[in-house]
Amino acid sequence: MFKLLKTKSTLAGFKLSLGYTVFYLALIVLIPLSMLFIKTSSIGWQEFWEVTTSPRTIAAYKLSFGTSLIAGLVNVVFGFNIAWVLVRYQFPGKKIIDAFVDFPFALPTAVTGIALTALYSQNGWVGQYLYQLGIKSAYSPLGITLALIFIGLPFVVRTIEPVLQELDGELEDAASSLGASRWQIFAKVLFPNVLPALVTGFTLAFARSIGEYGSVIFISGNMPGKTEIAPLLIMTKLEQYDYAGAASIAVVMLIISFFLLSFTNLLQWYYARKIGLN
Amino acid sequence: MRNLILVLIAIVISFTPVIKVHSADKKVLLNVSYDPTRELYDEYNKAFINYWKTKTGETISISQSHGGAGKQARAVIDGLQADVVTLALSYDIDNIAEKAGLLPKTWQSRLPNNSTPYTSTIVFLVRKGNPKKIVDWDDLVKEGVSVITPNPKTSGGARYNFLAAYGYALNKWDKDEAKAVEFVKALYKNVPVLDSGARGSTTTFVERGIGDVFISWENEAYLAVKDLGPDKFEIITPSISILAEPPVTVVDKNVDKKGTRKVAEEYLKYLYSEEGQEIAAKHYYRPRLESVAKKYEGKFASVKLFTIDEVFGGWPEAQAKHFADKGTFDKIYAN
Repeated sequence: MFKLLKTKSTLAGFKLSLGYTVFYLALIVLIPLSMLFIKTSSIGWQEFWEVTTSPRTIAAYKLSFGTSLIAGLVNVVFGFNIAWVLVRYQFPGKKIIDAFVDFPFALPTAVTGIALTALYSQNGWVGQYLYQLGIKSAYSPLGITLALIFIGLPFVVRTIEPVLQELDGELEDAASSLGASRWQIFAKVLFPNVLPALVTGFTLAFARSIGEYGSVIFISGNMPGKTEIAPLLIMTKLEQYDYAGAASIAVVMLIISFFLLSFTNLLQWYYARKIGLN
Repeated sequence: MRNLILVLIAIVISFTPVIKVHSADKKVLLNVSYDPTRELYDEYNKAFINYWKTKTGETISISQSHGGAGKQARAVIDGLQADVVTLALSYDIDNIAEKAGLLPKTWQSRLPNNSTPYTSTIVFLVRKGNPKKIVDWDDLVKEGVSVITPNPKTSGGARYNFLAAYGYALNKWDKDEAKAVEFVKALYKNVPVLDSGARGSTTTFVERGIGDVFISWENEAYLAVKDLGPDKFEIITPSISILAEPPVTVVDKNVDKKGTRKVAEEYLKYLYSEEGQEIAAKHYYRPRLESVAKKYEGKFASVKLFTIDEVFGGWPEAQAKHFADKGTFDKIYAN
């Protein structure tokens, strides 16, 4: 990093553009984030500890991070599949399917929540059959996960797609001419190349899910300790005009997210290095 | 393409003078309100604009902002330039006074009747024919009855639901608090979904078909029946319920800054007039004015009403005891 700063870039305007970058980031991200810490600092450690480690808060963290993790993993598997189909095959209606992937980006989250609840609740199209099988598909952690899968899908697909596109046929031809089986080509040649993008896609979907509020509250049922997500707990605190308590929970979520995201970034960097991308 | 551009330019030019007239010194009032008053203030604003015009010759316009009461109060605290606030509970306005100092803490004594020009109460909405035979609060704790009500911690309106049930139990068991806690605990055990707001609960009850009883504000229950079909739902009024008092007030610092105090004060006073009361009654709020109340007597079922001040010693006390962290509501969900 320091070395990079010292060497003269051949591109002009480095200092100016870096200046703008830092200024812009501060304005849009860092200053709002710092407000969170300032609000939190208005309460003492003991109160902070009490708010952030109460059984109800812990249950909410577990629920939020757990369902986000599962939703992210499901999206990795099926998102990969979708990206693969969209990149590798030509078929009629491909453009339409491609457009569908972006829907979760564009839909207002409350609309998503209401639509999913209508579908999966006891008298919904899908829900009525699932309930008969004894599966509570709405107002349960499963319902929350379904909503998070929905909103996270495009993140995974859109991150993997360009990488898959860039992998040209020559690589596979070479592997095949050296006697690799189809499975070997996939597992040893293609997959390792896509893995860093897959990790990035997972990270984006996961991060988005942790903070998701609008679509989840409609399908979660919001029962304290059972289906109460952490963002709802923050709203609950705000309803009591307890700004500091709300900010405390947010800070803890931010710290956990920061470590989880750092870890996945590290993973991504590791895999990228392994295949010589960096 | 060129034609299109010409048309666009023409449109812009034709609207420019209008925009100018608006931005001239015409007074604009901002009324920050909660969700179910949308239709009420639509009509009331028109009536008041007319009244003000005939009285002073001045043409004003009124903007409305609606949302959950707590969110709206926070918006005003954080700087939304509301001239008047018309919210669901005095607790929210108390917080504007306390956290932002935009109005005196004694605001509630400035207008008659605790600054609440209209009232409502808590009733039950049941499915047509009342299949579970719900008539009073006792029926809500019976086994096999499923009750829909929003989370009182996130919905200001739903705190009235909780307090109505609690007050009923206190009345029944001679002010025995332990019995009352037991009663609300049994009631909330019958609640399968705690939506975060009243609108969410309405959807759960009406669209999802979940629950046998929906505990609701009377005005919202009437709206639901009117909008969603009188052939599907019935309103049941319990033997005793709480008097819901949605208060109104001028936000002093904002009106003084904008120079709108006179018209803002008149705007709220006019709510108490015959015309204002008529409009409130038309939108299913119970009027305060005797003459209008008489006229709409048949519309609202008679019910014994108790106030928060009588039974709970006011909002601040009720809030601290029942809805703050580790309050009664949290306790009934702690295992």
